[in-house]
Amino acid sequence: MFDSLQERLSGILDTLTRRGALTEADVSAALREVRRALLEADVALDVVRDFVETVRERAVGANVVKSVTPGQMVVKIVHDTLVETLGSDARPIDLNAAPPVAIMMVGLQGSGKTTTTAKIAKRLTERGRSKVLMASLDTRRPAAQEQLKILGEQVSVDTLPIVAGQSPVQIAQRAMQAARLGGYDVVLLDTAGRQFVDEALMAEMVEIEKATDPHEVLLVADALTGQDAVNLARAFDERLSLTGIVLTRLDGDGRGGAALSMRAVTGKPIKLAGVGEKLDELEEFHPERIANRILGMGDIVSLVEKA
Amino acid sequence: ARSSSALGQNLTALIRKRRLDDETLQDLEDILVQADLGVETAVRITERLARDRYDKEIDDAELREVLASEITGVLEPVARPLEIDGARRPHVVLVVGVNGSGKTTTIGKLAAKFRADGKSVVLGAGDTFRAAAIEQLKIWGERTGSTVVARPQGSDASGLAFDALKLAREQNADLLMLDTAGRLQNKANLMAELEKIVRVLRKQDETAPHTVLLVLDATTGQNAMNQVEIFTQVAGVTGLVMTKLDGTARGGILVAIAARHGLPVHAIGVGEGIDDLQPFEAKEFARAIVGETITEAGDDAA
Ligand SMILES: Nc1nc2c(ncn2[C@@H]2O[C@H](COP(=O)(O)OP(=O)(O)OP(=O)(O)O)[C@@H](O)[C@H]2O)c(=O)[nH]1
Ligand SMILES: Nc1nc2c(ncn2[C@@H]2O[C@H](COP(=O)(O)OP(=O)(O)OP(=O)(O)O)[C@@H](O)[C@H]2O)c(=O)[nH]1
Ligand SMILES: [Mg+2]
Ligand SMILES: [Mg+2]
Repeated sequence: MFDSLQERLSGILDTLTRRGALTEADVSAALREVRRALLEADVALDVVRDFVETVRERAVGANVVKSVTPGQMVVKIVHDTLVETLGSDARPIDLNAAPPVAIMMVGLQGSGKTTTTAKIAKRLTERGRSKVLMASLDTRRPAAQEQLKILGEQVSVDTLPIVAGQSPVQIAQRAMQAARLGGYDVVLLDTAGRQFVDEALMAEMVEIEKATDPHEVLLVADALTGQDAVNLARAFDERLSLTGIVLTRLDGDGRGGAALSMRAVTGKPIKLAGVGEKLDELEEFHPERIANRILGMGDIVSLVEKA
Repeated sequence: ARSSSALGQNLTALIRKRRLDDETLQDLEDILVQADLGVETAVRITERLARDRYDKEIDDAELREVLASEITGVLEPVARPLEIDGARRPHVVLVVGVNGSGKTTTIGKLAAKFRADGKSVVLGAGDTFRAAAIEQLKIWGERTGSTVVARPQGSDASGLAFDALKLAREQNADLLMLDTAGRLQNKANLMAELEKIVRVLRKQDETAPHTVLLVLDATTGQNAMNQVEIFTQVAGVTGLVMTKLDGTARGGILVAIAARHGLPVHAIGVGEGIDDLQPFEAKEFARAIVGETITEAGDDAA
């Protein structure tokens, strides 16, 4: 479906029969195609610019091993740089704090916060044997609190009883208190979706963070996001002490460039990946897979590795 | 590194340059790429711009005008409001799209609009999968004074579609809007379910659905093109709504979609509220893609 980067580069570079170090000119021609491939995969332009420069520095002068083409060599360097940027520091959710440990979920409307909240609750309950409480602080979206309640029943995790008329901050305080009194290990705080240009809602979000002092603040973002990924990641990161990113809808056929954009501008690890609507469809994030998706390619990397 | 808020800086640079050379064209292309038009469409538009004017002196006001009008030219033919055929009782609107794009909310907003026009509206709670999706639609039904047809969560969606059409026919309603569960277009089984909904509707009215609305999220990048293609193949999409344009995402992929498919764009969503639905205005949308900053910079310079 997509021209893989390798196919494109072959036109440019594979005609070079010469071996030895890659020259500035070889690399520049290749990097124009790399730039385009990354943009088509929805990596944000600013991030593409920086990324291409890093690759240039690494590629010029690199020695092309005998059994691969210069094009394959460049792809390998691009790939490795991608993997490194995406997740050399993969870290799971950290619960290493005095209970109840609060985890706050934030993000744009419809990104998958509520579903991911329930997925994480299920995982922590089953694998970590933690006692988990979930609370919906979403007083805006119709039936949002009801949604979390139903999900709680599906995964057998307690949810904070719904009390009509409370503000999100009040609900958050009630959740923390209920968790303390009820001996819960973890409190998951699902917040309403918000646009980061909506100052009132951004301020409210900061209030919630202040009131609950969460140990993890996770930005839940859609893997299909386009160029706006940098703006949204930056905006949430500026206002909160983000500790990580959860990427949803990786079960789609999007190229996933948003992962690189958000990782690059915030420096925050991508902790988990949503790969479906069902509540067990949550995975560790695999930088390798996303790198391959972004590049639209298969086996070239292992080819170079074997060489 | 240039940040994306460097849009303004890019444009300030443009004002100074004034000659439509390769560098200026590259800057323009970058602006379009940052608005999610995609590289191919961005290149095509800037090339068209360069055709008559390459290397000419061009002042910034003119530059922004021609760029916006190139885009407007692509969008104008697809800017068409959603028309309800009064001869159909009901006119059936099937609403489809990927997860979380804004289908249910858009149904609520449209219901409000048609109710205000004095039309009778039935809503079918065809998302029988997602937790509280039915509750959510029921609340929109209450807000808009529309009848909601629902079955318990977990029921068959096409069965619900059948029920909803039956009731809407019995009530001689003007309009039936059918909500569906969000689904990613690469999931064959879920797409087959959508096909089945269409088949079942046609058992009662072979002309239904009269409108198949695909709801796109403006934050989505290049994948939206795929969404249009697959949903059109499977469910015969007849028109688009783009939501979440109240953020900073510009939804430029719509330009590429308009150029390739020519599907009507009926409305845009600009918030979560009942009134946050606006007609799709080609010129306004094009100007937003080119950037407010241009307008301001241009006005200052003028
Ligand atoms: N395919 C797929 N769908 C997902 C995934 N995560 C969430 N969803 C779906 O995305 C839609 C939105 O999910 P929610 O959890 O309601 O999103 P939210 O961020 O809480 O939405 P708001 O509260 O309205 O801002 C639902 O249809 C979910 O089933 C995922 O990883 N893959
Ligand atoms: N800011 C903004 N939010 C919107 C807009 N349209 C919908 N939303 C929000 O986006 C979220 C998802 O909207 P829904 O209508 O539930 O989306 P959906 O496509 O029905 O989702 P699923 O049924 O889960 O696939 C909700 O929080 C809505 O309030 C819009 O135009 N602007
Ligand atoms: Mg939610
Ligand atoms: Mg819905």
